[in-house]
Amino acid sequence: MNFKRFGRPLVIAIAAGLALSSCAANEGDVATTGDSPASTLTGTLNGGGASSMDAAQKAWIAAFQTANTGVTINYEPSGSGAGRKAFASGGSDFAGSDSYMSTEELAGEFATCAAGSKAVDLPVYISPIAVIFNVEGVTDLNVDADTLAKIFAGEITTWDDAALVALNPDATLPSATINAVHRSDDSGTTKNFSDYLGQTAPDVWTEKASDTFPFQSGEGAQGTSGVVSAVTNGTNMIGYADASQAGELSTAKLQVGTDFVAYTPEAAAEVVAGSPLVADRAADDLALDLNRKTTNAAEYPLVLVSYAIVCNEYADAAQGELVKAYIEFIASAEGQTVAEEAAGVAPLTTELEADVAAVLATVK
Amino acid sequence: MTTAAATTIKARQRPGDRIFSSATVIAGSLILAVLAAVAIFLLVESLPAFVAAPDEFSGDVTNFWSYVGPLVFGTIYSAILALLMAVPVAIGIALFISHFAPRRLAQGLGYLVDLLAAVPSVVFGLWGIGVLAPMVQPFYTTLVDWFGWFTLFEGPVSGTGRTIFTVSIVLAVMILPIITAICREIFLQTPLLHEEAALALGATRWEMIRMAVLPFGLPGIISASMLGLGRALGETMAVAMVLSPSPQVIFQLLTSQNSTTIAANIALNFPESHGVGVNILLATGLVLFVVTLLVNMLARVIINSRKAFSGAN
Repeated sequence: MNFKRFGRPLVIAIAAGLALSSCAANEGDVATTGDSPASTLTGTLNGGGASSMDAAQKAWIAAFQTANTGVTINYEPSGSGAGRKAFASGGSDFAGSDSYMSTEELAGEFATCAAGSKAVDLPVYISPIAVIFNVEGVTDLNVDADTLAKIFAGEITTWDDAALVALNPDATLPSATINAVHRSDDSGTTKNFSDYLGQTAPDVWTEKASDTFPFQSGEGAQGTSGVVSAVTNGTNMIGYADASQAGELSTAKLQVGTDFVAYTPEAAAEVVAGSPLVADRAADDLALDLNRKTTNAAEYPLVLVSYAIVCNEYADAAQGELVKAYIEFIASAEGQTVAEEAAGVAPLTTELEADVAAVLATVK
Repeated sequence: MTTAAATTIKARQRPGDRIFSSATVIAGSLILAVLAAVAIFLLVESLPAFVAAPDEFSGDVTNFWSYVGPLVFGTIYSAILALLMAVPVAIGIALFISHFAPRRLAQGLGYLVDLLAAVPSVVFGLWGIGVLAPMVQPFYTTLVDWFGWFTLFEGPVSGTGRTIFTVSIVLAVMILPIITAICREIFLQTPLLHEEAALALGATRWEMIRMAVLPFGLPGIISASMLGLGRALGETMAVAMVLSPSPQVIFQLLTSQNSTTIAANIALNFPESHGVGVNILLATGLVLFVVTLLVNMLARVIINSRKAFSGAN
């Protein structure tokens, strides 16, 4: 019987294939980090949360694991809320989150942390959100918050609307319908976009910021790539997306004070650096009250900041060491460069890096 | 050794018999167990959604039923549109293969249609956004310009073509192979005597098909359509990628706002949802489960009521 003759080697081959292919694939081609001495860290870290950071986390993990061969890090992009919940219930060692912990969450227990110890928010990921557009014959577009809010809320519907013409006297805007594209899936990008407009144009943007796009107007597209491709392929389009994914598309300048500011990583990092800490929280909690209403023309206020959430003191000191080393790497200049190359984030300013490092130094 | 008084001959049970019979019993009951497990899981997980606080829902929606309503509408609307497009084409292809095409061509064509069924839905999704939507958009613009007075074609037209109409076209292409394959099999089973009798009475080929093949195949066409409908109802990836969704009931086919489907809505919102949000999504899954069950039961009823006329079951 044919099966008997060929069956056995086949089974062995399949088994071997499965066994071999289960080796880690995420320690690949990332530049090794110089001639640092061999690391003595060993262990496994589990983290989870914001999917916005997923690309950056993958790059950080690859770089960190290459430098510390004894360490395995897993990051599950399960969403910010799920990530914070898993962290609080002891399901993970650190969380990534697009929003800082609420006061209720802070008042609760943290199973991962040592008894009586709390967790802190550390800003480690800044991603500028670009307003992208695709209108034939238009390469520069100035918008103020009010106009932008009206476009996405469906109140301004044509490109040659008086408000847009007044802001762009030099541009030849067509008398075509504006097709505004938003995210159809829940996302931190939408939440930050919504938060920006809610703060700067409260009369128009009356809905509170949430992961879901609040208005029943415009066109929805799945994921950042979906928005970018819709804007690219459509006609007379405008949308918002992670700036790193904007590609060849033109990006609008936002009015800040009296100037119009184009997005740059520096301007995005600047607004984060210029934002005050959220009041009434522990001194080492670096939750930021983003200064969306800034009037400083060096700052670009439409940004998404993600936090790493870690314990002040871990129940398991060895895990604490690992988390500390990993987050220190993330928030270092080197880690930020890795993420900039992999995910197009805006690197933290040196002051913020120093602040994060100072808090991390106390983590046990 | 004179006579063997054989009163009852008891079948000798070899181990193989027992193993095989118990294996079939297990396999048979497994399907019931799996179905029950899914239903129980959905029911239990859905319970919190039915009593969820109004602020758990986004926008103006305050309770689960007003949340799921537009989704159920979108699911059925897109699936039926897809069916309307796919069934006539599928019957045409099946007839061509079974009765018109030269044998050699028919076989190749049959394989080709089956091949279409093997294309993953994510590929159809990419094709939908990358090729189909931009291609049909100018056509939509014309349609809205000329027939905008008709409710279904009311503007403003979508700038990208990612509308429920485009989704239905993609769905139609996706369910085409399954409907075609079943119809072809049914048409091939038409008793030769019926066909020859029709031809002998002077019928043209079209008349023969109308008199002999189609009546014989009708229950098969219905069950094929229902299978296709089932697939269209549950299709997730292609819809999630192509459709520009909005949480309302919308009949217009060509605008930027479209009722989305349950499956696509779950796929889009599950990754970032937590707490009761997950329960709400699972409860919509339960609703889809029930809708699909009803569709299948309806199909069964229709087929059974016509069983007498057909050997095709």
